[in-house]
Amino acid sequence: MALLQISEPGMSAAPHKHNLAVGIDLGTTNSLVATVRSGMSTVLQDEHGHALLPSVVRYLENNGVEVGHDAQAQQSTDPTNTIVSVKRFMGRGLKDIANRAHIPYRFVENTNKESNGMLQIETRVGNKSPVEISAEILKTLRTRAEKALGGELTGAVITVPAYFDEAQRQATKDAARLAGIHVLRLLNEPTAAAVAYGLDNASEGVYVIYDLGGGTFDISVLRLSKGVFEVLATNGDSALGGDDFDHRIFCWILDQIRLKVPNFSPLSEEDTRLLLTKSRQAKEWLTDNYESQITCKLSNGYFVDITLNVSQFNEFTQNLVSKTLNPTRKAIRDAGLSLDEINGVVLVGGATRMPHIRHAVADFFKQEPLTNLDPDKVVALGAAIQANVLAGNRSDKDLLLLDVTPLSLGLETMGGLVEKIIPRNATLPVARAQEFTTFKDGQTAMSFHVLQGERELVSDCRSLAKFELRGIPPMAAGAARIRVTFQIDADGLLSVSAKEQTSGLESHVVVKPSYGLSDEEIGNMLKSSFLAAENDKQARAVREAQVEAARLLESITFAMDQDADKILSPDEKEAIYSQMEALKEIMKSDDSQAINRATEKLNKSTESFAARRMDASVTKALAGQNLDSLEI
Amino acid sequence: MELLSRNYFELFGLPTQFRIDSDRLDQNYRKLQSEFHPDRFVSGSASEQKQSFQVAAHVNDAYRTLKHPTQRARYLLKLRGVDTLEESNTAMPADFLMKQMEWREAIEEAKNDHNLAELDNLLQLMKVTSKDYLSKLETDLADDKDLVSASSIVRKLSFVDKVTSDIEQIIIGIED
Repeated sequence: MALLQISEPGMSAAPHKHNLAVGIDLGTTNSLVATVRSGMSTVLQDEHGHALLPSVVRYLENNGVEVGHDAQAQQSTDPTNTIVSVKRFMGRGLKDIANRAHIPYRFVENTNKESNGMLQIETRVGNKSPVEISAEILKTLRTRAEKALGGELTGAVITVPAYFDEAQRQATKDAARLAGIHVLRLLNEPTAAAVAYGLDNASEGVYVIYDLGGGTFDISVLRLSKGVFEVLATNGDSALGGDDFDHRIFCWILDQIRLKVPNFSPLSEEDTRLLLTKSRQAKEWLTDNYESQITCKLSNGYFVDITLNVSQFNEFTQNLVSKTLNPTRKAIRDAGLSLDEINGVVLVGGATRMPHIRHAVADFFKQEPLTNLDPDKVVALGAAIQANVLAGNRSDKDLLLLDVTPLSLGLETMGGLVEKIIPRNATLPVARAQEFTTFKDGQTAMSFHVLQGERELVSDCRSLAKFELRGIPPMAAGAARIRVTFQIDADGLLSVSAKEQTSGLESHVVVKPSYGLSDEEIGNMLKSSFLAAENDKQARAVREAQVEAARLLESITFAMDQDADKILSPDEKEAIYSQMEALKEIMKSDDSQAINRATEKLNKSTESFAARRMDASVTKALAGQNLDSLEI
Repeated sequence: MELLSRNYFELFGLPTQFRIDSDRLDQNYRKLQSEFHPDRFVSGSASEQKQSFQVAAHVNDAYRTLKHPTQRARYLLKLRGVDTLEESNTAMPADFLMKQMEWREAIEEAKNDHNLAELDNLLQLMKVTSKDYLSKLETDLADDKDLVSASSIVRKLSFVDKVTSDIEQIIIGIED
């Protein structure tokens, strides 16, 4: 039986209130939502008892949308309006998509300049971006969770592949925003799995998470120590997963057909989807069986009847398996470890059910991988645990996740080369600065090109953004000092700023990746999805301002109760209290701008109080140690 | 914040010296992050969130610097007012230059032959070389005995670190 939790006095801001927080695994093939109830992480089911929601979205004739099993059932009859594996297209442009000819969608280049690049899919209700399609999946999970928990969600932790780049992460966050979900944190999938696994097994030591999902592969090396999960290195391939094994079977079937019928006509979209579905079923069947019978009737009347056996399957997918081992080697090398220092290997993701994957992993690590948690659910379960901590429901400070950035970030320099500013595997959050100078006498502007990737040439890395710093005072070449700062927050998202040092001229630029959506686009999507009337929008703005104000008041009240007497002078205390009162008064109005202004003002005036509290807590954190460690 | 101006050793409650208690560094790193990581301020005010980002990023930077011996030595020398001048002072003793050339040749040969075993040997050699320099560094830096010599060893170590990462890159290139 699960034990009931009692929080330590004074530890939680609002111990009486249980915030409804969930973890969402937005997967390529299936998506799940989980929450912590009575101290146990549990996956929430739909009304038919299904835990897994197939990540399939179908746009209907009547403007309606179907998500999940119903949509999946129609994928072969309505392939162009039924989108599966949309995650593979998140933050991606047309040129990024391999095997495009074998994907039964009508892809459209996005014409909007601001988000230049992210592809769209033509459906019967118009062009849809992967962000909008993913938002439908998230909305369905949100509804499921709110029904099950009986209230509005405070927020969610949404998982992403560790090897997702900036554009893919931003797209995921945008999808949550469209679905009306407050994102507490984007969490890397292997780290989420480690949390669920590590806490369940009370493990300590170095663990490797091998996560092969429907469309992505991640490998993470973590050190677990007293509730701290420290990612040492991560690597992967964000375009490699179970889908690719299906695709190999699909190609093999086509080859077999063409052996018999040399000039077999090209497949229709329906037939492509049908054969891909048959391929997936054959792959799953081969997990426990020696051979699989593939039978179906194509639209031209041709009857497919072929047998695929395990050794054939293993042979033509062997190089996919080896493709996972290179990133694995790199991650272990980056972590500075040898194989005998690894305490365990955990398998995550449905694709790790394939026996030849298990054998390859066991051979590589020279130990049997751990599979005692359901590889489909472990990510959602871990995300729920982290959501529970972040929402403030868990009062002890045991659990802490220290994650890394998967890819190096840098700037273009002369000659089309990339100067790395933040190396891969830097622990988050991270801030790094580097100085650059002018190339010509009297140069007054400088343009920056932000890139992500490991290669040395600009053309081999992913372009994230370009921005300019103007108004540099004219000086001799090489005299100006332009300091460029890169920051990556705990969600793994980047912002960049530039400052001319000698003149103090500053230019802050928050980088929006070129494959992201502009605020305007999101605004339009929100409008069209909710069809919000003007006064609805106002009411929403007031509500948001009030929630934000209440949140701030709650956290400051808590901080004041704890430390005001110790840290603040009576005058300072009085000043903060009176502003709190002012905000409480203004909150009652329906003037969202006035509320936001008062919130901002209170925020500003508590800055130094917050700073002094942090200083005080360093001393507290390191207190109680032997004096000999402090000798100088 | 006062804590952002502390030197990295003080930040982790360690004596300001080259030889450190690595376990204590790890422990105190985790303690500090448990206190300041942005995850602890998800429901905090905007100023708390901003400051927690600053502190957590600073702690990460400090930890990385102290954890890595070459960086730690460089940082300590900087605290003592000695700039290691790795960018400008490229003059190296003749015997080190000879060694350097031998290494480069061996790496080039192993690279062309795709000889992974030899590259692994060279990695080991770099490890041993680096260990050697580190023990000299420890002597030089104890009680600030010889900061000039220490600074020259740091320059050599940077070079060894660079060669090590070059070999790793080559290995990755061959394995791909």
